Amino acid sequence: MPHADAAYNLARWLIRDRHDAEDVVQNAMLRAYRFLDSCRAETARQWVLRIVRNACYDWLNAKAAIPVAGFADLDPLDIEGHHFTADIFGGLLEDPESLLVKADERSLINAMIAALPPEFREIIVLRELEALSYKEIAEIAGIPVGTVMSRLSRGRGLLVKEWNRRNERSRQ
Amino acid sequence: MNGLDCKVARLSLDAALDGEIDAKHRPALEAHLLACPGCRQALDGKRAIAERVKTGAERFTAPEEFKARLRAALPPDTQPQPQAHRASPWIARARAGSWAGAALALAASIVLFLASPSPQDTLTRELVGAHVRSLMAGHLTDVESSDRHTVKPWFNGRLDLSPPVPDLADQGFPLAGGRLDYIEERPAAALVYRHRQHLLNLFVWPEPKGDEHGLVRSQRNGYSILAWNQAGIAYALVSDLNPAEMEEFQRLWIARASGTTPPK
Repeated sequence: MPHADAAYNLARWLIRDRHDAEDVVQNAMLRAYRFLDSCRAETARQWVLRIVRNACYDWLNAKAAIPVAGFADLDPLDIEGHHFTADIFGGLLEDPESLLVKADERSLINAMIAALPPEFREIIVLRELEALSYKEIAEIAGIPVGTVMSRLSRGRGLLVKEWNRRNERSRQ
Repeated sequence: MNGLDCKVARLSLDAALDGEIDAKHRPALEAHLLACPGCRQALDGKRAIAERVKTGAERFTAPEEFKARLRAALPPDTQPQPQAHRASPWIARARAGSWAGAALALAASIVLFLASPSPQDTLTRELVGAHVRSLMAGHLTDVESSDRHTVKPWFNGRLDLSPPVPDLADQGFPLAGGRLDYIEERPAAALVYRHRQHLLNLFVWPEPKGDEHGLVRSQRNGYSILAWNQAGIAYALVSDLNPAEMEEFQRLWIARASGTTPPK
């Protein structure tokens, strides 16, 4: 099962529900494998991940779980992400009584990534967890390399900001 | 400053961190980072979060029963063939990064030589340059380990000295790893330690003709350098940590190093 783990990981992070993610990955992988023979080995992973990624977005759109529009027209130099922090980490992390406050670093990191908009989340997952190059990520997400770079930059920027905010608060 | 403003620099920080910056833009960014503490701090923040994600975030792997279900659903003639594993791109990039780093270090030392005001100043610049480069492009460590028993043998055969690698984690300075670098156009060991968000590079290289001397302190671009020379070996500690804590580290390092390896 080539690339099943990478596909599974991406889908789990994009869909954030184990059972739905497994359904989506299974259907997408069956489609992808049908054409896998015609792929060169170097591009097979990108091919499989792209199909799985698109299937995840179809699922998300069908659920209307995410606002898809809105990120494309941001100022690319809005490096601090002032326009859209509008507390994307809000509900998930705000409650001071929640388990997350006491939770270890690992759960906090996981929750912070899960709270990112999917456009940033997928880039972070593919870069940090799958160790793919910008070019490979661009092929999977169907976007230019420059967009990979700016989304990664803003995604990391959001995580840094949230991390620092939480650390400052926990020191008070 | 250097024709690169902070907005543009900050957009390139991630590419620099990931070894994806092109050679054309790299020198301008390095120059900017040398001069701009704000962007260095931003780079440190991004490196720290990237590492937290890499080591802390869940990487879900497909459960066996899921793979079995998938296999069963495939028509027999489309069963994919297992493919040869290729080297992880991360490792390939890290390798490319260290060569690029070596080439850059050499290029930098040639440029610095042409401009050289004094040997001491040249060395200071070179050390700070090597420190800043190490913060970029996955070139921080060639051998990433907090275990001194892994880091020390790694230098064997790569250098004509085997530097002591004391563990100072209990003093708040955990070992991050080791790296081969170039100082004065000769290979040098770089030991990397952490302290809170700060990184410390300790460069160690043989200097058989050098005079033995105690601590020499210098500053450049907001970095401090502590240099000393002992038993034919030159040491230089570079960091943006405050000088008092660096001296504390230096004292602890020497005490531990002499405790673990007898002088030759």
